[in-house]
Parts: sequence; structure tokens; C-alpha cells
Amino acid sequence: MEGHKPHIVDYATQVKVWVALVVLTLVTVATAEVDFAMLTVAVALTIASVKSVLVLLYFMHLKFESRILNIFVIVVMLVFLAMIVFTFFDYIFRLSHGS
Amino acid sequence: MSTNSSAGVHTHRDDEAQKMGMWFFLFTELLLFGGLFLVYSIYRFKNPEAFAHGAKELNVVLGTINTIVLLTSSLTVALSITAIQKGQKKLALGLVLFTILCALLFLVNKYFEWGHKFEIGIYPGSELLRAIPPGEALFFVLYYFMTGLHAIHVIVGAIILAFMARYIHTGFINSDYFVLLENGALYWHLVDLIWIFLFPLLYLIH
Amino acid sequence: MSETVQHLNFFQDTGGKKGIWAWITSTDHKRIGLLYFYSLTAFFLIGVLLGILMRLELMNPGKDIVEPQTYNSLFTLHGVIMIFLFVIPGIPAVFGNIALPLLLGARDVAFPKLNLLSWYLYILGALMALSTLLFGNAPDTGWTFYAPYSVRTGTNVTIAVLAAFILGFSSILTGLNFIVTIHRMRAPGMTWFRMPLFAWALYATAWIQLLATPVVGITLLMIAVERMLGIGLFDPSLGGDPILYQHLFWIYSHPAVYIMILPGMGVISEVIPVFARRRIFGYKAIAYSSLAIAFIGYFVWGHHMFTSGMSGPARVIFSLLTFLVAVPSAIKVFNWVATLYGGSIDLKPPLLYALGFIFLFLIGGLTGLVNGALAADVHIHDTYFVVGHFHYVMFGGTGFAFFAALHYWFPKIYGKMYDIKQATRAFWVLFVGFNILYFPMLVVGMMGMPRRYYDYLPQFHIPNLISTIGSWIVVTGLIYMIMVLIQGYRKGAPAGRNPWGGLTLDWQTDSPPITENFVEIPQVTEGPYEYK
Repeated sequence: MEGHKPHIVDYATQVKVWVALVVLTLVTVATAEVDFAMLTVAVALTIASVKSVLVLLYFMHLKFESRILNIFVIVVMLVFLAMIVFTFFDYIFRLSHGS
Repeated sequence: MSTNSSAGVHTHRDDEAQKMGMWFFLFTELLLFGGLFLVYSIYRFKNPEAFAHGAKELNVVLGTINTIVLLTSSLTVALSITAIQKGQKKLALGLVLFTILCALLFLVNKYFEWGHKFEIGIYPGSELLRAIPPGEALFFVLYYFMTGLHAIHVIVGAIILAFMARYIHTGFINSDYFVLLENGALYWHLVDLIWIFLFPLLYLIH
Repeated sequence: MSETVQHLNFFQDTGGKKGIWAWITSTDHKRIGLLYFYSLTAFFLIGVLLGILMRLELMNPGKDIVEPQTYNSLFTLHGVIMIFLFVIPGIPAVFGNIALPLLLGARDVAFPKLNLLSWYLYILGALMALSTLLFGNAPDTGWTFYAPYSVRTGTNVTIAVLAAFILGFSSILTGLNFIVTIHRMRAPGMTWFRMPLFAWALYATAWIQLLATPVVGITLLMIAVERMLGIGLFDPSLGGDPILYQHLFWIYSHPAVYIMILPGMGVISEVIPVFARRRIFGYKAIAYSSLAIAFIGYFVWGHHMFTSGMSGPARVIFSLLTFLVAVPSAIKVFNWVATLYGGSIDLKPPLLYALGFIFLFLIGGLTGLVNGALAADVHIHDTYFVVGHFHYVMFGGTGFAFFAALHYWFPKIYGKMYDIKQATRAFWVLFVGFNILYFPMLVVGMMGMPRRYYDYLPQFHIPNLISTIGSWIVVTGLIYMIMVLIQGYRKGAPAGRNPWGGLTLDWQTDSPPITENFVEIPQVTEGPYEYK
């Protein structure tokens, strides 16, 4: 903690990030009208993921934090995703409907 | 050399530890909501049409407005940290207060949304929910559970920010010591992050 | 050695407060650890009592002492108390709190006030859980609270699951505290690979506490909300799937068993080098295997659900990973044995319990693999074989490790030594009784006796009778052990700083330690087990 001067994110950068976030939100709403069939969820989630990465890196300062913290965030996300994927191993292979 | 007391020993200030602790707490919040997202993903997978049908009841305009309100509130609380680091106390305070205002606006919108649904009979335990197709009932249950838990976190976040505003006002948070504000802001950003995913998953299903 | 400044040890230093107040408002990790110790022991004994009652009922076929409904509540609360109030918090909350800062050369944990809050939440959750024994009808669902029965039963499930939610919070905060402590508060010169292995074990455990507990938190909340509002997340008539509850429940509860065992393994890794007077074999392998167990352990939960109706491919995947997670555990056992081999063995009580651990955990672990094999599991799922298996790992494993830690750190905490001969005898009573109590369960389970059953077929009688007798021997051993330690507390000879000849930092300070642990923070220049 002692010693180094903490990094200051300038106002302009944060406003730019905000603009990007709002634009992406509007894109999300617009693309929801389009039917991508199986991909619809994937598109929505991809855009949401991009938005969350922006929030994490800039608003939450991860871009300027220690490497270990970044690693932790990634690992936690992966563990969470794996929980969902492994649960799906059950459901996508269920034979009878609604069982 | 030390304070001899069972109240504990005097520890050096460690902002990095405080911040780390906050991030770890955020991980637990992520997994807490994660359980709901998991349930959502399984049930949507099993009932795609029912979920799409249920989503039609939701007001996309209100949802979009709320999304932008939260994104803006994230901006303002992030800006407040820059302001406090630059010693711009009044600006920092104003930004935090604006953030709280956004939180209140979000909650007001939520109140109208839920109120409308209550009026038409869609609420947990209602007759209607027992009458509609099973998958659709699940959608509404999840809607209430997830947005409800989220709203509780909005309220908690707003209270935390109110404390931050007070500390800025008294000077306890200042350009030399602002890790509390950073941590409060981190909590707020989490509230925003969850909504970033809730919005498309609940409102924009087709 | 002689200090010009008078430092009080942490018992004497009350910080100006009086009586019990100096304890329950203290943020000193050592006092908090003891608060956990005393409350935990009380809850453990309640759990033991419930177990004794269960064994009395099972002594003979047919009714012995209670009605079926009561029996169901007995095994439910026995599980809830033992798991949530003893085995999960046990070693981290007691010995992690007391010893971790000492081992790291720190003055306290990272967030002392949060630490105290953890204990308050523990007590609140514990009292709520125990209240279900006294008011209304005690839950009868089993500690697993499976839907749909947990939603429909008229018993006090809501209070019990809310209690578990609060206890989960306590666990999360402890884990959070330990992770930050280990990252930020190691003594100068203590690199990660000079850290004692108990710290590595607590670190891996803390990550599980942090990431897995919230999932069961939200799941139990779903049960509570479903009971209170009648929504239907797991209600088939509303499109819900009870198996999804099982997924959510075991996503936590399987990693939870690693919360239970990893700290125990950490204790064994501390004790063996000291009493073999030898550097531990394969330090890095043990450290990494703690992390590996924690990580892989997140992805095996389905092995509790092989007969639930889960899909075939899912069963195969979970079974495969279950076999995989056994590997790092085995690595530890090999390394411990390799450390003992050629060492200068000092058969003191801590080592006896550690050896007991290795033997009992071995049986527990191997029977776990039998459970993990798909075809075998069809035969033994929900039989007494499973009950035998988990008591071997949880009681023979974690329980014995807890006793090992107790006998190891007792002189450090209290500054006195207990009677070694008597403690040794108590160990043997406990060890022999343990096997008489639990081995018949493996046998009778194989023969087909279901678990959570109030009654059983006549052909299962003899093993049940033997097991019940074993339970009395175990209780005798426990009482004996406790009495020896209490006697040591009251009349034991002064232990001095380092009665065992340990090399870790906890043995380089006073017994009992001063409030600040060390007069000067030590400078570390080598690993923790460098016996010459």
C-alpha cells in the first residue's frame, strides 16, 4: 500500500465507456427484434458480456489492478460457467420430455 | 509498542487488503445470483416458447430506461472516485448523490412495473399463476425472484452510497484515503452488472 | 528470552473488560477461536447425543425407544448439527483462527471485526437450527432437504434452511478473511512456498467456502420462499424439476466435503513432520494437491445423483471426475507415509490421531471410490454403505484430525500439558470403538439395508447390534478424551514454548501467546519443516 501513487482514470475515458455501454444497450434491444433462432440468446449474451467487460475493466478499475485480482475474476467466471455447463450435461441428454 | 487489549491489536492500514476483501465479497454475490441464473437457463432451455410468451408481459421501454439509468449511475459513481482523487470534494459528493438518485429512479420504475403486474394478477402465489401453462409460471416466478433479489441489492447499495456521501461530507473519505468509496462503488457496479444480464434474459426473449 | 516490557498473555489481557464481556466482544483471533471451540464442542455433544439415540433405536428391529416420525427428526438434526455446526466450521473456525496468524507470523487476521461477526452469525444460525428441536416439529427431511418433500412437509423446515443460510454466511466471511490474511499478512521472508501446509490447506478451503456456499444459500432461500409463498421452482405441476434442486444442493454440498477434509489434511501435514522429526516429503505436491482437490471438487457433484434420473452421459462424466479427484488425495497419503518412513517417530497423541486419520481416511476414501463407480452405486446408493463411507471420512477423517489439532496445539493455547499416557489410552478407546461402530455399516449396507430407515429386516440385526455397542465405546472414548484435556487445563504441568520441538513460527512464541502473538515480527529465511 505504501509508496506508489494510485492510478486515476480520467473523466473523458469513463464517459466514453458510458457512451459505448448505452449504444450496446440500444443494439441489444434492436437485435432482439431480429430472430436469430438458436443464436438469439448467444447474441444477447455476447453483447451483455462485452458490456460487463467494459464495466469490469474501466468502472471497476480491473484494468489497473493487480494481475492476481484479474486472474481471480477470470477463474471465478470460469467456475460459474462450468457449473452451468455441467448441469446442462444432465438436461441436454435427458431422453424423455420433462423428466 | 502495542495496544494491549483483547479488542485486538493495532494493525497497519492496508488498502489493498480492503479492496481485495471487497472483490471476494463480490464473488460471493455473483455466485448467489448465479444459482438463479442457472435455474433460469435450465428452465428456459426446457420451456423456450413459454418463456418467450411470458416475456411479452414485460415492458421493454421501462426495462431499457432502467438499464440506462443503472449504467449512468455506474458512470457517476466511477467519476466520483476520480473526483475525490483529484481533491474535488464537492463534485465527488454531487456525483455520489446523483448515483443515489438513479437508484431511487430505478426503484420507482420497478414499483410501477410490479404494480402493473400485480393488478393483472401476476404475482407469486396468485390464482393466475396456477392457471397458466407450467413453463410460463416458472418464468414469472423467476422474474420476481431475480428482480426482487436485485432490487434488495439496489436498496442496500443506495444505503451504502448514502454512507459514502456522509463520509465525503465529513472528510473521512478524502484524496488520501478513499478505499471505502472504491469499495462502495464496486458494490454498486455489481448491482449494475447483474442487471446488464437480467435485462436481455428477462425482457428480450423472442 | 527475558523481556523488559511486560506483555500479558491473551488470557490475562482482558482489555479492561469484565468477565464474559471480554470474550464475546473480543476481536482477538485467539479468543474468537476459543469461542468457536467451546460453542462447537457443545453443539458436537448434542449431535453425539442424537446419534446415540439413533443407535439405540436401531439396536433391534422394530420399535425400541422412539416413534418413526421422531426417528426421522433425529437423523435430520444429527446431520444438520454435525455437518453445519461441527464438521464444516470445525478446524478452520477453531484452529484456523487460533493458529493461522501464528503460523504466518502475523498479529491477527486481516479483518478482526469481521471475524467476530462470523462467530455471531455462527451462534445465531446454530441457535435457530437447534430451536427446531424444541419448538414445533423438528424437520424430518434429512439434512439434504430434498424437494418436493421439503416444501410440503409440515415440519420446521423454513427455520432450519434459514439457519443454514446464516451459517453459510458465517462460513463465507471466515473464508474471505483467511484468503486476504494469507495474501497480505505473511511475515517478511515467508514466500508462498515457505508457508506451512496448514495455511495452504486453509487457503484452498477458503476458496471453496467463498464460491460454493452462496449457491446453497440461494437454493435454500428458494426452498424457504417456496414454502412461504407457494411459488413452484421445484414443483412439477408448475414445470419445475426436483432434480434441479439436487443439482443446486450438491453443487455446494460436494465441495463442502472438501471444506471438511482439506483443513484436516492440513493438520496432518503439520503434525507428521514434527513427530517424525523430518522435512515433509513432497511439500509442493501437497500444496498443489490441496488446490487441485478444491478445483476438481467443484465438478463431481453429480455422483450424489447417479440414481436420481440424471442423464447417462452426465453420470459418466461425473463418475470419471470423481475418480480423478481421488488422485491428489492419494498423493497426500503417499507423501505422509513417505515422511514417516525413515523418520524418528515420537508416538505422542497428536501423531496417534494423525495415524488414526490416515488409516480411517483410507477406508473412507476407498469406499468413496466404490460409491463413485456407476454400476456399484446402483446397488449401494442410499444404503448403510454410504453412511459408513461418510462417517469414515468425516469422523475418522476430519474428526480425528480435529482431535489431532486439539492435542497438538493444546499446550500452545493453554500453556499446560495434558497427561500423555491417559490421552493415549483415550485415543485407543476411541479408535477401536470407532471401527466397531462404523465397519458393520459397510457390511450391512452391502447386504442391502437402506439408510434413513427406522426399521430393518431381521437379517440385519447382528451388525446393527454390534454397531450400537460400538457407539457406546466411542462415547466412552470421547468422554475420556475430554476429561484428560480438562484435567490438563486445570492441573497440567507448564508446557513451555515448544514442547514438541516444532519448527513453525507458532512454536517460537510464548505459550499461551501474548495478545499480539509476537514481541517482534519474525523474519523468515527457510521452509517450515527444515529438520536437520
